[in-house]
Amino acid sequence: MSERVRQRSTLGGIPAWVAVVAAVGALLIVIPIVSLATRVDWPNFAVLVTSPSSLAALALSLRTSVASTALCVLLGVPLALVLARTSFPGKRILRALILLPLVLPPVVGGIALLAAFGRRGLLGSSLETMGVSIAFSTVAVVLAQTFVALPFLVLSLEAALRAAGSRYEAVASTLGASPSSVFRRVTLPLVLPGLVTGAVLAFARALGEFGATLTFAGSLEGVTRTLPLEIYLQRETDPDAAVALALVLVVVAVVVMIVTYGRREIR
Amino acid sequence: MSLDVHAVVEPDRLDVRFSLDEGETLAVLGPNGAGKSTLLDVLAGLLRPDSAHVRLGDTTLVSTGHDARDVWVSPHSRGVALLAQEALLFPHLTVRDNVAFGPRGAGRDRGEARRIAERWLERVDATGLADRRPRRLSGGQAQRVAVARALATEPKLLLLDEPFGALDAGVAPAMRRLLSEVLAERTVVMVTHDPLDALALADRVIVLDGGRIVEQGAAREVLLNPQTEFTRLLTFGLGAV
Amino acid sequence: MRKVVLSALAVVGAVSLLAGCASPSTGSGNGASQTSVVDQTLTVFAAASLKGTFTELASEFEKSHPGVTVSLTFAGSADLVSQIIEGAPADVVAFADEKNMAKLTDAKLIRGTPQLFASNTLEIAVPRGNPADITSFQDLTKPDAKVVICAEQVPCGSATTKIEQATGITLSPVSEESAVTDVLGKVSSGEADAGLVYVTDVEAAGDAVEGITFPEAAGAVNKYPVGVTVGAAQPELAAEFATLIAGAEGQKILASAGFAKP
Repeated sequence: MSERVRQRSTLGGIPAWVAVVAAVGALLIVIPIVSLATRVDWPNFAVLVTSPSSLAALALSLRTSVASTALCVLLGVPLALVLARTSFPGKRILRALILLPLVLPPVVGGIALLAAFGRRGLLGSSLETMGVSIAFSTVAVVLAQTFVALPFLVLSLEAALRAAGSRYEAVASTLGASPSSVFRRVTLPLVLPGLVTGAVLAFARALGEFGATLTFAGSLEGVTRTLPLEIYLQRETDPDAAVALALVLVVVAVVVMIVTYGRREIR
Repeated sequence: MSLDVHAVVEPDRLDVRFSLDEGETLAVLGPNGAGKSTLLDVLAGLLRPDSAHVRLGDTTLVSTGHDARDVWVSPHSRGVALLAQEALLFPHLTVRDNVAFGPRGAGRDRGEARRIAERWLERVDATGLADRRPRRLSGGQAQRVAVARALATEPKLLLLDEPFGALDAGVAPAMRRLLSEVLAERTVVMVTHDPLDALALADRVIVLDGGRIVEQGAAREVLLNPQTEFTRLLTFGLGAV
Repeated sequence: MRKVVLSALAVVGAVSLLAGCASPSTGSGNGASQTSVVDQTLTVFAAASLKGTFTELASEFEKSHPGVTVSLTFAGSADLVSQIIEGAPADVVAFADEKNMAKLTDAKLIRGTPQLFASNTLEIAVPRGNPADITSFQDLTKPDAKVVICAEQVPCGSATTKIEQATGITLSPVSEESAVTDVLGKVSSGEADAGLVYVTDVEAAGDAVEGITFPEAAGAVNKYPVGVTVGAAQPELAAEFATLIAGAEGQKILASAGFAKP
């Protein structure tokens, strides 16, 4: 039987003034969110968030965010591996390009996606002649979300890969494991925490994506009007609905974060 | 398996030529930076030499610049196991699964791999640790498990990189006993900076300085009767004991 | 303990400094309000579709009123309304439909009665070359045509809905935008085959798009009202600006941009 050790909160050796400034930083984030909750029209909350357009937007947001997170993992893991473990001329430039969506305004991302996949885009025009039309479709939403969220996953995973180093992989190969086997049985399990963190960040970013989606995919209920776009639209005529939906978005994000980070803290 | 080595890595890092008979243990002595670890990395396949010819038994592991075709066998196909200073047990696997790693990779099913693992754990006297996670092991225990893990792959060549380097003084004797049993019939290349260990465990010795062999021969000969001043200093006048 | 108090004071000090620097008005630079006769600022909030015309009128006003700077803020009418309700300081407000102005009059934020100064109707905009060969409102229902309209919640969208109801023709757009500029953007870039925008938007877009008028547009006219706010710092000056807009000079400029009489 293990003893129960009473948790006592301690400052952990940091100076008191650091804690005060940290508190201010935390309040900067917490206060607006709490204020949002006070703005909600609580008596009508259930009605506002269960209207057909709200439900359509929420369902679309969840569907597309999950799809784009999956795409980010599929593409991001190899990308992070290449960036962390290999060296080739131009790698630094590649890395800068991949991280570009982090600093680009999302609308610029949308414009870039149009330039590539729009009807008259670099690739889009060829796709159009083949009968494949991306703009204004749900695929476009997933593309836009993946574009902005991928760097989050790559960054997080690359850091984890660098920290882990490649010594375990070297040992594994001397024990007879082929490169694919090493990847599957050693690399991935070792960086799983970093991968999960990256995936959660990517999901959250995809969920909140607005500018690129609006510019590239358009806004149509059930097809491309994700929750952020729905909130933007509702602001025009029904601010109460907008606030209520905003709170829903906040709650979803908070739940995802707690579920992922909360478990890891206990370990 | 007999071992024939001729390896060159960037003019100053390594330039050696030596041979080992099957079942012999070779100790590699030398100061830091002499190229000892570089030699092990070349033999394991973790480092590509500039020019080399390495043959293990009947198999050519590396061949560059000698014949018409270049040969380079990747590390996972060499049958060469490397035991580093740190145990480097996979943190996400139990001790048993760590030792079973090699056999599993070789195609054995889970049950058989685990049986092989348990046999080797018994050999290194670590049976009680089978279900533990590596982070719950002491340095000495981890090294034992690492030995079992390496041997479970039935390597044709075993490489040891300062096996006692990270161990407490109190634990080293037990490790030395284990190794002397286990190395008895294997072809082994062991890097060490302690001439006592070389004397206890090795059949032959080579002394490296600046990547080159300055002296080589039977262990007792080189260590107790060094021919060069360099070796004499290295062995702290062991012969005088 | 002293360190905690000191650091708390430092933080409070820093925050007050920031508050002092924050400017209360959205359009102009520093926030200090002036009460001197010279150097007055008139803050005007206007619907996005009024950008070209109001900028011209503003510089006219500044010429005829030396010492006065007109600060213009253009945005979607609904955005402006919510900003004003939250307390943004505006002297003159002009919107793209009467519904939005009504929100402010209901909240008792407008002096007197707002004046109607212009009206706007919808027009079909197509990319140069009219790739989908659109010639009428009915053509917008062509199965292969990608049509973009405003969402119902914005003025141009409610006008679209009114026309749909009046004609009995329901459109299947590929996107319903929250801003008419986004509709225009998708048409001029060629992403859409057609879009429903204002006459003034087609005019302002010049060669980027082709405009196709249609008779059914008369069924949904957006009337533009202008008003002076209750909180205006210089109500007389604000009223003068409103008069300029509704007067001959303003009407001329509005007409050349495509606006019709109110």
